[in-house]
Amino acid sequence: MSVDNVIIDGFVNNKVEFITTVPCKQLGGVIDAAEKHPDIYHIPSNKEDEGMGLCAGAFMGGKRSAIIMQNTAIGVTINTLVTLTQYYRMPLPMLISYRGELGEPVACQAEMAVHTKALLAQINIPTYHFHKQSDADEFDKILKYTFMCNKPVAILTDASFWGGY
Amino acid sequence: MIRSDIIKELASTIKDTLTVCNIGLPSQEMHMIDDQPSNFYMLGTMGLASSIGLGLALAQKSKVLVIDGDGSVLTNMGTLPTIANNVADNYVLLIIDNGSYGSTGDQPTYAGKLTSLTKVAEACGCKNVIECKAEDTVQVVKDALAGDKMTVIVSKCESGNIKVPVITMDPVVIRDRFMKTVAAQNA
Repeated sequence: MSVDNVIIDGFVNNKVEFITTVPCKQLGGVIDAAEKHPDIYHIPSNKEDEGMGLCAGAFMGGKRSAIIMQNTAIGVTINTLVTLTQYYRMPLPMLISYRGELGEPVACQAEMAVHTKALLAQINIPTYHFHKQSDADEFDKILKYTFMCNKPVAILTDASFWGGY
Repeated sequence: MIRSDIIKELASTIKDTLTVCNIGLPSQEMHMIDDQPSNFYMLGTMGLASSIGLGLALAQKSKVLVIDGDGSVLTNMGTLPTIANNVADNYVLLIIDNGSYGSTGDQPTYAGKLTSLTKVAEACGCKNVIECKAEDTVQVVKDALAGDKMTVIVSKCESGNIKVPVITMDPVVIRDRFMKTVAAQNA
């Protein structure tokens, strides 16, 4: 099974039915898989904070939600994570492509990469880092943890995890 | 008419309607005029009322009203294409357009100048966009909630504010009682 399907099956097995995405080259396959899965309502967002608003609404409507986005978006979503998702205590799995790591061809991506974990740590977001494909074995437990504790949780997925460019 | 006049007139109509209230004065006015567990008050996060409301409308069956403002829609302009392309016929977005950032002291917005949010919404692909005068807003909202079509209403009113207390209710309490209301309406 491809790693894209492992991720999407993990969401579906944990009853995540509403997924918003903002694309990244690394995430193309997993976004396609979300779009194609019959048990997922896939709603592309124009910006990640908008997507977090959609997820908050879906959660209050009784559907488990998740966001798929790039790590650069941490820079534009801190206010939303703090004053919406955390303040109202809502669960939000964030599957994040960790650009700017080993194998990165675009120099500018390294600029946000060096801040990504520090920013997530600063706002007390539990953070996991998938580097090898076997790291996805923990995905199910991470989702269960997210819905147990009602917190946003970050899963950083780097180029090595997705199999390079 | 200013925004608080519209909210006062609207309160009895939307008593049991799931209502997402925009940050700042719209939430504070709704809370002061007629606090209901069916109201979700935004205490922070400018711009996301319409997105929260859309996610809510797509996830369940009850009607959802969002009371938004022109400044907040301008902040999150990307919301309008998302709304247009993900039709939820239980969703009514009321943009109270007073041409100003009311909660921060009535600084003018571009919606009060050359930018028409009605035309922006239409250009984004929204099908039922109604621009109305402040005085007609309650009837337009009533009709929209009675219908089964996703509707965007742009209510043109004057700028100005009344004195209202801040909301001291805990956000988790707001969220919890709101979710219980949502669940009861969908039972």
